[in-house]
Amino acid sequence: MTAPLPFDIIVLGAGPAGATCAATAAEAGRRVAVVDEQPQAGGQVWRAPMGGFPGKGDADQASGDALRQRLVTSSATRLLGHRVWSVVRTETGYRVDTLGPDGPTALEAPSLVVATGAHERVVPFPGWTMPGVIGLAAATVLLKSHGVVPGRRLVVAGCGPLLAVVAAGLVKAGAEVAAVVDIAPRSAWLARLPAILGQPRLAARGLSWALAVAKAGVPMLSGHGVRRVEGGAAVARVVVGPVDAEGAPADGPERVFEADGLIVGHGLTTASEVTRLLRAEHRFDRLRGGWIPVIDGAFQTSLAGLYAIGDGAGIRGQAMASLSGEALGWHLAGRRAEAEAARGRMAAATPFSDAMAGLMAERPAQVRAIAPDTVVCRCEDVTRAEIDAAVAAGATQIDQLKHFTRCGMGPCQGRSCADTVQELMAARLGTTREAVGQWTGRPPLRPVPLGEVIGAFSYDDIPIPTPAPL
Amino acid sequence: MSARQDLVVVGGGIHGCTVALMAARGGLSVALIERGALCREASGVNAGTLTMQMTRVALIPYALRAHAMWADARSWLGHDVGVVVCDGLSLAFTEREEELLSYRAGKRREAGAPIDLIGANAAREVEPGLGEGVRLAGHCKVDGYANAYLTGLAFHRALTDAGVTLMEHRAATGIDREEGGFAVQTAQGVVRGTRLVIAGGVWIEPMMAWLGVSLPIKVLINQLAVTERQRPVMRTVIGIASGLLSLKQYPHGTTVIGGGWQGVGDRERGGVALMPERLIGNVRLACHAIPALKEARLARAWAGLEAETADALPAVGPIPGIPDAYVCGSVHSGYTSGPYLARLLADLILEREPALPLFPIDRLLPPQAGRAAS
Ligand SMILES: Cc1cc2nc3c(=O)[nH]c(=O)nc-3n(C[C@H](O)[C@H](O)[C@H](O)COP(=O)(O)OP(=O)(O)OC[C@H]3O[C@@H](n4cnc5c(N)ncnc54)[C@H](O)[C@@H]3O)c2cc1C
Ligand SMILES: Cc1cc2nc3c(=O)[nH]c(=O)nc-3n(C[C@H](O)[C@H](O)[C@H](O)COP(=O)(O)OP(=O)(O)OC[C@H]3O[C@@H](n4cnc5c(N)ncnc54)[C@H](O)[C@@H]3O)c2cc1C
Repeated sequence: MTAPLPFDIIVLGAGPAGATCAATAAEAGRRVAVVDEQPQAGGQVWRAPMGGFPGKGDADQASGDALRQRLVTSSATRLLGHRVWSVVRTETGYRVDTLGPDGPTALEAPSLVVATGAHERVVPFPGWTMPGVIGLAAATVLLKSHGVVPGRRLVVAGCGPLLAVVAAGLVKAGAEVAAVVDIAPRSAWLARLPAILGQPRLAARGLSWALAVAKAGVPMLSGHGVRRVEGGAAVARVVVGPVDAEGAPADGPERVFEADGLIVGHGLTTASEVTRLLRAEHRFDRLRGGWIPVIDGAFQTSLAGLYAIGDGAGIRGQAMASLSGEALGWHLAGRRAEAEAARGRMAAATPFSDAMAGLMAERPAQVRAIAPDTVVCRCEDVTRAEIDAAVAAGATQIDQLKHFTRCGMGPCQGRSCADTVQELMAARLGTTREAVGQWTGRPPLRPVPLGEVIGAFSYDDIPIPTPAPL
Repeated sequence: MSARQDLVVVGGGIHGCTVALMAARGGLSVALIERGALCREASGVNAGTLTMQMTRVALIPYALRAHAMWADARSWLGHDVGVVVCDGLSLAFTEREEELLSYRAGKRREAGAPIDLIGANAAREVEPGLGEGVRLAGHCKVDGYANAYLTGLAFHRALTDAGVTLMEHRAATGIDREEGGFAVQTAQGVVRGTRLVIAGGVWIEPMMAWLGVSLPIKVLINQLAVTERQRPVMRTVIGIASGLLSLKQYPHGTTVIGGGWQGVGDRERGGVALMPERLIGNVRLACHAIPALKEARLARAWAGLEAETADALPAVGPIPGIPDAYVCGSVHSGYTSGPYLARLLADLILEREPALPLFPIDRLLPPQAGRAAS
């Protein structure tokens, strides 16, 4: 195995946060490597079009193109199409192992920036695993990168600003949107109006999406959630009903929409796998997407040289992600004044960011209302009732629940269900999320094929340790 | 809790749980104190291999009896831990490994393990999934595996049924000797017992220190990895001559890859990090033995702590100089042999003659200095 490539700074994730940080620090003279599993930089919100699709030609694409160009022009080493599967602390900093198009690569640096973004949260309901149900954030990827519309007649449901983004995108792409169903009551949006208007440009974009949807005559239901999806092999009908202010089902008439697809998402959770793997300190913050790394004013975690920015440090959205990347990039280059200025702009963008995060935060009452026979861990087919039964059998911590039920042991390793499962356990035990804890972070950060991890080797080169005594 | 128990066991791994279970069934009142939940350290995160071919020669007679216990877990444990009995192969790919295997298999055979040395073709009949390059294989029909993560739940039920007072999420912080027995200190109060068993895995060393006994215990940080589910690619337990590979595919399709490659950690922090080069080395061995594993994806890797004494033989027996106090642990391949050794210790405590000798720790203590005054 060859020695790891040395850098001053490794940035993990090339979304708005990571790519901005990498470019800023590289332009200021630092030796930077930026790694992302996607074939191009841009992250989630600024995903590049792929496979011959020219792209939507919208503002996000323009911003992404500008960032990609900036990164190419900078001296930063770009390792794109590289999936990071292992991160460890070394005596001098951090070692990152990736699997790229040409096989395994290892990097090391005294500073590691975690800019890994977010995972989508879908709070389970009967039928959520049926073919034809896809995530709201996932739908943005289909629309942006591939120009694909996942159905003919679709219901768009869940919460937060992505509802309007996706519904408008579908309408523009010529799909029929049967309904937009928002858990938040209209009053929740109105209460956030001042914060939203504080960012006129973003507010105007949001308004244009909403108008496009309204113009297409799409019914908009506020204070409603998906009760269940009906069909068999695929989605046939989506049944929705009123929810209370906390997101739990409330009395009132159900409405049925014929549809061949449901796009649904209930906000984002922080992708904190790397900071958890490294045993940095975390705290639970429902508004910011659950368990997030504790960081100081310079984005440093409890471990020296380990930084977290963007959604990977707590859900704050693109504007804050870009600014935090800029601030940290300057900071790591030793340019205090510029770093200070960027942090000042972050302060100004905070009310808007908090308003959006609030709409997308987990609603405990919604989770607690999950029906007993609904599957919660879809990798291992573990239902709500089985989780409750494990608690009744004595499981009090999340790692123990895993041993009792296999919940979280599948391919996603809890990346998609952790937030919901932990909430269910806390509710059942009548305790806090802190007491229930988080699943222990372990490698690989992403499932990786054994055949690729091993690279090319001959048996004699395997560094087999000395055998145990006989 | 101030009522004195007949026996207090400190540490709820495979050793502590089995001693507690057998002692309670033998008529003693028993309390089991566990810092976390039952079998969440070595006994819940180990590779679950129940093999003779990685067992130390001196432990073979114990391991054979322990294997029979596991195969019949329903009769004494009463709850499922997914035990599968199957053939096992220990492979040699180089000349040096061939020598090592011939020697080691021979010694284990002398000790009673039914291991036959077979050639590559015969080995492939036993395990059609084998790759190229096998020169020699040790074949043993007494092999198999359990699903270690089910151990805690199984013992939780069995111990509750047997009337053991389970004190989970309660760490012992000190032990005092007092008139008529022992007082185990915990933040939630004192637990008193006439007799005491220390079964704290790698934490035996600090626990013994509470009693004034210095018993050095080395901490091994064993790395393990598991694949995602995959089509059936193997049907036996596979190891290599050096012992640095252990491999089996569970009925649900995942394969656990182990062999004692070392990660980063210590007694205080647990197994905190896995070294990528060593993980890769271990996975290379696995793919070399069973090439179809290359199709699978790595789902997770982890590390657990295993205890080892200075001579790598068990610490199971009375604590010298302290009447009614016992220690139980540091058993090599302790998941396999643990239940049997712990049962022998329970027999001693219940004043029955153990069927095989224990492993008293006198040999491991400094001539006089480390011993508590009695
Ligand atoms: C699926 C999805 C779609 C979204 N769509 C929108 C949208 O349309 N509009 C909007 O305003 N907001 C959207 N968001 C929210 C958006 O993530 C944030 O607003 C913003 O992109 C955060 O920027 P970031 O740089 O912190 O993270 P991201 O943009 O998420 O970038 C993180 C990057 O890290 C990479 N990464 C993570 N782990 C690894 C690993 N182990 N190895 C290699 N690379 C890794 C990812 O590939 C990704 O490119 C979406 C979020 C998600 C999860
Ligand atoms: C990764 C790994 C793989 C292995 N693979 C195999 C295998 O395939 N086959 C095999 O036969 N063996 C295997 N082993 C060995 C086997 O797992 C151990 O020998 C065995 O489980 C040890 O059991 P124990 O009860 O002595 O220790 P443990 O299971 O560690 O139990 C000790 C208990 O003491 C508790 N404790 C600690 N401090 C306190 C305190 N202050 N108060 C109260 N309680 C406390 C701990 O929480 C713990 O539960 C493996 C070990 C590891 C780590």
